[in-house]
Amino acid sequence: MGTTTPIATTRSVTGMPTGRLAVWWVIGSEIVIFGGLLMCYLMLRLKFPHWALMSSHTNTFAGGLNTFVLLTSSLFIVLAHHYAEKKEELKAFGLIWATIFGGLTFLVIKGIEWTTEITNGFTITSSLFWSFYYTAAGLHALHVIAGMILMGWISIDVLQKKNMHRVELIGIYWHFVDIVWIFLFPLLYIAK
Amino acid sequence: MQLAFPGVEVPLFGLVTSAQYNSLITNHGTIMIFWFAMPILVAAFGNYLIPLMIGADDMVFPKINRLSYQIFFLSVLVLIASFFVQNGGFGGAWTAYPPLSAKAEYNLTPWGSILWLVAVVLEFVAFLLGGINFITTLMNSRAKGMKMMDIPIVCWMIVLASLLFMASAGPLIAGAAMLLFDQTIGTGFFDPARGGDPILWQHLFWFFGHPEVYVVFLPAMGIVAEVITVFSRKKLFAYKVVLFTTFATGILSFFVWAHHQFIAGIDPRLANIFTVTTLLISIPIAEMLFVYIATLYGGAIELSTAMLFALGFLATFLIGGVTGVFLGASGADIYFHDTYFVLAHFHYTFVPIAVIAVFSGLYYWFPKMFGRFMNEFWGKVHFWGTMVGFNGIFMPLFFTGAAGDHRRIFDYSNFPELAVSSLQTLRIIATVCVVITILFQFVFFWNFIYSMFRGRKCTENNPWKANTLEWVAASPPPHGNFPVMPEVYRGAYEYSVPGRELDYWPQNEKV
Repeated sequence: MGTTTPIATTRSVTGMPTGRLAVWWVIGSEIVIFGGLLMCYLMLRLKFPHWALMSSHTNTFAGGLNTFVLLTSSLFIVLAHHYAEKKEELKAFGLIWATIFGGLTFLVIKGIEWTTEITNGFTITSSLFWSFYYTAAGLHALHVIAGMILMGWISIDVLQKKNMHRVELIGIYWHFVDIVWIFLFPLLYIAK
Repeated sequence: MQLAFPGVEVPLFGLVTSAQYNSLITNHGTIMIFWFAMPILVAAFGNYLIPLMIGADDMVFPKINRLSYQIFFLSVLVLIASFFVQNGGFGGAWTAYPPLSAKAEYNLTPWGSILWLVAVVLEFVAFLLGGINFITTLMNSRAKGMKMMDIPIVCWMIVLASLLFMASAGPLIAGAAMLLFDQTIGTGFFDPARGGDPILWQHLFWFFGHPEVYVVFLPAMGIVAEVITVFSRKKLFAYKVVLFTTFATGILSFFVWAHHQFIAGIDPRLANIFTVTTLLISIPIAEMLFVYIATLYGGAIELSTAMLFALGFLATFLIGGVTGVFLGASGADIYFHDTYFVLAHFHYTFVPIAVIAVFSGLYYWFPKMFGRFMNEFWGKVHFWGTMVGFNGIFMPLFFTGAAGDHRRIFDYSNFPELAVSSLQTLRIIATVCVVITILFQFVFFWNFIYSMFRGRKCTENNPWKANTLEWVAASPPPHGNFPVMPEVYRGAYEYSVPGRELDYWPQNEKV
């Protein structure tokens, strides 16, 4: 396989650039993964009202703060895309790193939160509610980490003015990671 | 083997113990579905045919394609490793129902079951990546002029199969994460003693598992569509009907999964609903078969090896489909469940799909792949040996199953009430036919390898006089596939057009 881009990649029969089309399909397949997990949680939650006793121990403030952090980071990636379109690579680079920093803050808050829960005795094996709590949020955190790594990689390209369109692609993905959290936050924290 | 000749050593293997038997049938099912049918039908044919047939030089994401292959390769290594850990490979059936799969004290394979699950998840990730590539390639990279209704059926089918896989695999990936935690860190997602629900896994598994049947079925159907139109020199009888029935099948396939669980204790009212949906799905499938038969009707049929296998597919899959109606009806299924009748039914669907249709495709595209023909005489010997052998294996098992033989039993001499002793002759016939079928596959392997290097040379690009774009490229196609990117002026199945001198009309020819 050569390093040149195939003609196939440059075609656009649907009118949508190939990369963006593929990101939407990635998100489509991710929706079913999270959808499956959350459906399992929802059905069991509706079956067992006493789960509310356990969910009352979750830290709504930490969750709320994290919602704010993650949504703010999404604003940064939108601005990064804006400047990438205008070919202002330095501003785009800085804003991508602001987004990465947002992701990092999210993980730090989550780390503190989980440490507190675990020291209070609520581990993944404590009960089924906590199993879902750690599994769903953990799977989401993995997506945050993956997004941060990809952004770091893209930022290097952006500095060299290469593959600027990828800022938009990672932005779509980052919004998806946000939206998953928007579902997790009420389901795991607010519903007491 | 064990059932026909209890206590006899299997040649080249030795005496099969009960644990080995469980592990063997589990991994037979797993490997055949995930590491045989899907890689060949979806990944191999998809990667080869899609760029060629839509007139592109490559897939849109060659690097993601490579990554997909690397993850797939890793999954193979993990699965192979699962046989060599303490207590051997997983033996809880390919459906991996908890609690058997979740607790090491039940399945006795503490490492085998974990590695099995990890391998399956890796394989899924590989196919999601590959599927995104297939879908995007077909959507965005078709040759100039190729409209939606000009796409060869096999490309449609592989891409729709990837879509079905993408839409159904997610919940099982989530379920696999839950099962992995149950196995390793002791959560209780599927443990009723701790508030979990083992039936939940069955729902997650079969919500994936039933669409999965169509994931492998559709590409096979696509291959057969290409072969029968070329070798009967006729236009596909109803292109749009095939396409729309495929959409119908795809959508319905998400509403039939609980027919695998009729005896798992689900609500009988729910069983009624799933009986109706299950019987409904046989309508679009039957419609597809009718279209194919109508395509053959009145055609100038040439019985090449590829065509024989395509016809063999239609005939044998029909038996698999018809027997499925018995099992889809919840009342009948209560009796048939977990008998050899079920086993014979799904082998009559999967063997035509993953073996017979694949052979059809290989004999058909071999000249394109290697620039040489396979030997037709030995191809026909292989065809008849395979067909007679295959029917000889599974036809008797319909009878033993209908009489009540229970499947997944290592040795009936311990469970005499689960088998009918008077049917021993049928079991022996089936076992002898297994050996015959395997022996005839050596004819194929020899023919394949010999023809690759010494077969009759294919000097032209289009030896079968077919319309689709892969036959425009040289045989075998060089890197980049086409010297000049082709343009498309018509549908893929314009054979024997009245008033035209030639009986075929390639998609890329302007006049």
